[in-house]
Amino acid sequence: MKKMTINKLFAVSVLALAITGCASDGGVTEDAAMVDESQTQEVAESPEMDAANTENAQVSNPLLDQTTIYFGYDRAEILPEFKDVLNAHAEFLVANPQSNIIFEGHCDERGTIEYNLALGERRANTVKSYLIVQGVSPSQLESVSFGEERPASFGSDEMTWSKNRRAEIRYSSAMGQNQIGDNQ
Amino acid sequence: MSLRYWCIALIFLSSLARAELTIEITQGIASSIPIAVVPMKWQGKPLPENVDEIIRSDLERSGHFGILDPDDMLSHPASEEELYFRDWRLLKQDYLVISSIKTIAKGQYQVRYQLFDVFNERELLAQTLSANTNQLRDIGHRISDAIYEQLTGIRGAFSTKIAYVTTNRTRTQFNLAIADSDGAREKVVMSSKYSIFSPSWSPDGKRLAYVLLEDSGSKVYVQDIATGKKQLVSNHKGINSAPAFSPDGNKLALVLSKDGNPEIYVVDLNTRHWLRVTNHYAIDTEPNWMPDGDHLLFTSGRSGNPQIYRVSLVSGFIERITFDGNYNARARLAQDGRFLVMVHQSAKGEPFHIASMDLSRGLLQILTADTFLDESPSVSPNGVMVMYAAKYNKRSILAAVSVDGDVRFLVPSKSGDVREPAWGPYID
Repeated sequence: MKKMTINKLFAVSVLALAITGCASDGGVTEDAAMVDESQTQEVAESPEMDAANTENAQVSNPLLDQTTIYFGYDRAEILPEFKDVLNAHAEFLVANPQSNIIFEGHCDERGTIEYNLALGERRANTVKSYLIVQGVSPSQLESVSFGEERPASFGSDEMTWSKNRRAEIRYSSAMGQNQIGDNQ
Repeated sequence: MSLRYWCIALIFLSSLARAELTIEITQGIASSIPIAVVPMKWQGKPLPENVDEIIRSDLERSGHFGILDPDDMLSHPASEEELYFRDWRLLKQDYLVISSIKTIAKGQYQVRYQLFDVFNERELLAQTLSANTNQLRDIGHRISDAIYEQLTGIRGAFSTKIAYVTTNRTRTQFNLAIADSDGAREKVVMSSKYSIFSPSWSPDGKRLAYVLLEDSGSKVYVQDIATGKKQLVSNHKGINSAPAFSPDGNKLALVLSKDGNPEIYVVDLNTRHWLRVTNHYAIDTEPNWMPDGDHLLFTSGRSGNPQIYRVSLVSGFIERITFDGNYNARARLAQDGRFLVMVHQSAKGEPFHIASMDLSRGLLQILTADTFLDESPSVSPNGVMVMYAAKYNKRSILAAVSVDGDVRFLVPSKSGDVREPAWGPYID
């Protein structure tokens, strides 16, 4: 029974790597698969499976390292330059149905706190919808808005504001080590 | 110490070291009423509060009075026998307040004051009030309320409280606090590492509803101020936010996005019956009750940009209220619904200021100018002043402006940022 689980996992991982490898145009698929085999077997005995898969995928597709996308002022549409990043995450999630993502929506400080809370949710939901269209199961996706309350950068100038109008992608398996937005 | 035009930064130390907020008056009206408030007669060890100074700073802060500095007075009378009206006419004072305080028991005081019309040499008000040591500030504010009402015809709101949120620069610690309307006697009601915003008073002044933005999202709580006991009122999937007590105190209007999109709801706090009020794919938020309890004002992005709308809770009929400007949000009513105040941006890229609108005539007036990123307007219960949050010297501070735009003052914090003021109701 246990052996079967490991084999299954291995198959899923290889599939994931095949897809993400394609997306990144990387020529390192074979090496990555070798690494993957050992890690998957190790991990199959621990509950940290998602985290391990995430790490592996990051080796194969650098776009997965990018977990923040930015928005125009008072806008929630996805800018064309961030579609590749979202596509990479979508492919990873399709290949790893046990992985889950939380999208955090954020705003700059201009406008009211409540309107920005709503706008932050709209940003998070836009990204969520985009991934669903790419074939990701809605059950893998959550969204939360922090409005203007958790800025990435402090200040009142356009440079700061542009860094704060964002959606952050958090793999929920990593939540234990890196609590979402927890400033304590 | 008389009040003048523009940018006289007088720091009132009457709020004492323990209070976090101070007041700086930046603009008063030109035709202010000259009034002399004589130092209170007291024989004994220094009192814990300077009652006549509290009265002077209350009246000055209203912007309607020019206050005579006690050092410029020719005499300090405490009774009619010691009073020579010609002295005060010479000093061009229209009104005069004299007072005395005595101990009636250990820690118990009796304050007597009189307000005179100097020109007609006539007594307008006379009252005797008693207080314990902790109530001396309340006595000062009550005397200010009585004088203000006698001379302007408008009920004074100096005895009311304000709620606000203080936070550190890195936004890792938040305190919901209550203080006197002059910022004195701050008391922390709730502390959290999570952001607290949108505090809303119950009409009896006993409870506060607010939003706590936890890691899992926003939730609405109602807290009893005296006991500190808090109750989770709304924890639906998505946004739970923007609570506003109904005029009868039995309901909360609030925003939920459990349907996938922010919509206005009303929940009956006794029966927990939820009523969905709006149904639109745009953002609907920031509900505020009309005094009749049958209508709500709210902010909606349904026209493309945020604007103020009114909805009938009886018929569901929705009407757009604001048309001027790129961004109008977070409406609050003043003077029984005759005026509304809101966050206003005239055009894209222009600064955010507080504006008022005369609802019968539809005229919009921008009230603020000296501050930056103005938000969260809250109106005093007598409808005269608007307290709001703004950026000033790179800090979040509170500031106030009269609904007519004539009087302005700043309420800077001694440390950290201050946000989200909510002016409390009259407490009888």
